[in-house]
Amino acid sequence: MFKPVMDISIFNPQSESGWRLYHLDIYFIIASSFILLLVIGLLIYIALKFRAKPNDAEPKQIKNNKLIEALMIGIPFIMVSFFFYLTIKTMKETEPITHNETPTVEINGRQWWWQVSYPGTSVVTANEIHLPANKKVLLKLTASDVIHDWWVPSFGPKMDMIPGLVNYLWLKIDKPGIYEGACSEFCGKQHSKMRIRVIAQTQENYQKWLTENAKTANIAIDSSLIKGAAIFQKASCAGCHQIRGTMANGNVGPDLTHLASRQTILSGTVKNTTENLYRFIDNPNKIKPGVNMPRFFLQQDSLKALVTYLHSLK
Amino acid sequence: METVNVPEPEESLPSTSISNDQGLLQWISTVDHKQIGILYLLMSVLFLLLGGVAALLIRVQLSVPNNNFLSPEMYNQLFTMHGTTMVFLVMTPAILGFSVYFVPLMIGANDLAFPRMNAFSLWIGLFGGMLLYFSFLAGGAPDAGWFNYAPLNQRAYSQSSGIDYYCIGLLLVGIGTVGTSINLIVTIIYYRAKGMSLRKLPVFVWMILINSFLIVAAFPPLNAALSMLLLDRQLQTHFFNNTSGGSPIVWQHLFWSFGHPEVYILILPSFGILSEVFQVYSRKPIFGYSFIVGSGIAIALLAFGVWVHHMFAVGLGLTVYSYFAASSMLIGVPTGVKVFNWLGTMWGGSLRFTTSMLFAMAFLVEFTIGGLSGVAFAIVPIDWQLTDSYFVVAHLHYVFVGGSLFGLMAGLFYWYPKMSGKMISEKLGKWFFWLFVIGFNMTFFIQHILGIKGMPRRVYTYPDLPGYTWMNMLSTIGGFLMSLSFLLLFYILHKSYKIGKPAGNDPWDAYTLEWTVSSPPKIRNFTELPPIYSYRAFRDLKENAKNNKHGK
Repeated sequence: MFKPVMDISIFNPQSESGWRLYHLDIYFIIASSFILLLVIGLLIYIALKFRAKPNDAEPKQIKNNKLIEALMIGIPFIMVSFFFYLTIKTMKETEPITHNETPTVEINGRQWWWQVSYPGTSVVTANEIHLPANKKVLLKLTASDVIHDWWVPSFGPKMDMIPGLVNYLWLKIDKPGIYEGACSEFCGKQHSKMRIRVIAQTQENYQKWLTENAKTANIAIDSSLIKGAAIFQKASCAGCHQIRGTMANGNVGPDLTHLASRQTILSGTVKNTTENLYRFIDNPNKIKPGVNMPRFFLQQDSLKALVTYLHSLK
Repeated sequence: METVNVPEPEESLPSTSISNDQGLLQWISTVDHKQIGILYLLMSVLFLLLGGVAALLIRVQLSVPNNNFLSPEMYNQLFTMHGTTMVFLVMTPAILGFSVYFVPLMIGANDLAFPRMNAFSLWIGLFGGMLLYFSFLAGGAPDAGWFNYAPLNQRAYSQSSGIDYYCIGLLLVGIGTVGTSINLIVTIIYYRAKGMSLRKLPVFVWMILINSFLIVAAFPPLNAALSMLLLDRQLQTHFFNNTSGGSPIVWQHLFWSFGHPEVYILILPSFGILSEVFQVYSRKPIFGYSFIVGSGIAIALLAFGVWVHHMFAVGLGLTVYSYFAASSMLIGVPTGVKVFNWLGTMWGGSLRFTTSMLFAMAFLVEFTIGGLSGVAFAIVPIDWQLTDSYFVVAHLHYVFVGGSLFGLMAGLFYWYPKMSGKMISEKLGKWFFWLFVIGFNMTFFIQHILGIKGMPRRVYTYPDLPGYTWMNMLSTIGGFLMSLSFLLLFYILHKSYKIGKPAGNDPWDAYTLEWTVSSPPKIRNFTELPPIYSYRAFRDLKENAKNNKHGK
């Protein structure tokens, strides 16, 4: 549906850790290609050379050869020792211990969306994660229901988000851009549509975005919006969703304070357009089967008013 | 001919009291290890069909992006059942089938030590499998994956009774598997032919002996985990539920401390089969008998110390990871080096490219691919990238199919003449071989790339990202080729049974004792046994006969 802005691949590293892992990958591919080609080469040679001929006598019954057996163990042992060294080295560089640093962002996995909050600010958003490029940031990863997993292939390591536990991940993104990933631990019906979208910005733009999003929502004073705002409170939307600056302070579904400023909805699966929003609210289960949001059977005009209101939340 | 006594259970064999006209009643009531072995293989085929249909439905759903052929609920049940079925109800019975059939024949015994327990183990396993499938009728099959992580396996997230059936079904299957393993251990230790010291045991029997110990030691953590989960779901205990003080990670530790040995449980018997097959079709003894056996024991011991490599993305800390990275790389050495033992066995031999031998040779390549991608997962940072992606799906199928199943296929084509008394047409066998090899590689090789391109596993659909569509389509076509090849296999087996050429006792000029008796063997395997001089007892006998004729 969306062409990712960046090619999604572990061979397209876009972060410091991504590059470290990429180099390790390359070493490993070289070593393992060598072994695979050796096995295939030997097999073909043996198959051609030692094919049975009619009336062959029984071949020489060689039972073992101490030197070859020693080499067979010795060489692979040296190879894995080398990779063990690289493993330890890369692990230590990629995952330094966190000494009570304040994380830049806390990402909380839920069935089936991501709650994103920025400690030290009042910013809470969902699914689209804004981060500064070219700066080392610390991600705090948690989960509220079942196990989810953070994975943006271009950034290198993935990390599980486990209910009841807290995990951290360091990240230094090379340059601004939009990066895609997906939840990588099976988490139920909509696991497939739990995409991750990271929007990396320059330090300046990032700060601007933070300031914008720290603001509370505009109060609906325009007559075209008042109806929608009222439905939002009455039709129990407010029980689950938060719109900062209004009475809506639910914490079950995504924060909608600046919903209209997002590019996508439903964990990066559809574009954020009024049509898609309308279709979703009209029958959530149809467009996202299994979703926890119930169907409210609103009248068409109420629904339109609601969507108009939500789309005014820039 | 000089003979030695035939070891057999002291009570007369119960099976002989019923008529042995091979009627249905006799099959059901049998305690004869050969008939039970065949029943195990038939059970494996039955569940292979079910698990195979699930796999095909999965591949149809994934053939195009944003597909709605299956609902997410149905997809999740199908991939869970596919994995559970293939591991517990296809591979395991196939292995047990060959084990209970051929272990007594290869050590010169007339039956397993406990014939009635052998039958009990089979039927309780089958019952467990059927109970698992009954869940489809009881409101929904298990839907949290074959390793069934907490807390997704809790009632709050999986309301149907599927996971309860998963627990009970697998507990019953486990009782059967452990029962048979104890039976095999006792048989191998107490009922070997006189003179067959452990150093003269055929490699297949050695691997089954090691494997049986592995099963007996690995299943308790699984059974504990299943019981705890059942308590969680039925009696609201709190083992795995973090909101009431439990830990979802405990499930992972328990499951994988069974689950990783299980991977070796499924591959060691194939190592045994291949060792026999390479010897016979190369007309040479195994290269490095002590090494093969010793590394089998090393694998069995190390298998219990590597389980956390399934959990490298859990966040357990670098100290834990360093230990398990080291142990996982270490176990790769004895496993990988066997490939060179088999190449060494072929070296300088007189190779006969039968279908069985082709499967054994293809195994060397497929298993090397699966083994190398396995070592990639021991390298923690690579694991961080690729775990839970389609790369894992590719890897595990290269190990389970390219490794275990290719080995079992080599065994099937090697032993079919013994079990049925009929030869398989080599021409048809080779058609099957090539169709299967091409289908298998077409299905799974491309999935490595899908994983590298960021496709997570266990997704019921995927967005139309560059490359995803054609790669998934290719994989689906490969899947259909594989299924086609299985249909061909069943046809071949059926046809050979009906009109195949009679096999005779020893069609391959083989080395071990099962080939000294008629094909198929009589209910009472042996009335006399040759003296045992080495792990190739039958070859020694044939050589001595030849020398006596020419020499004196």
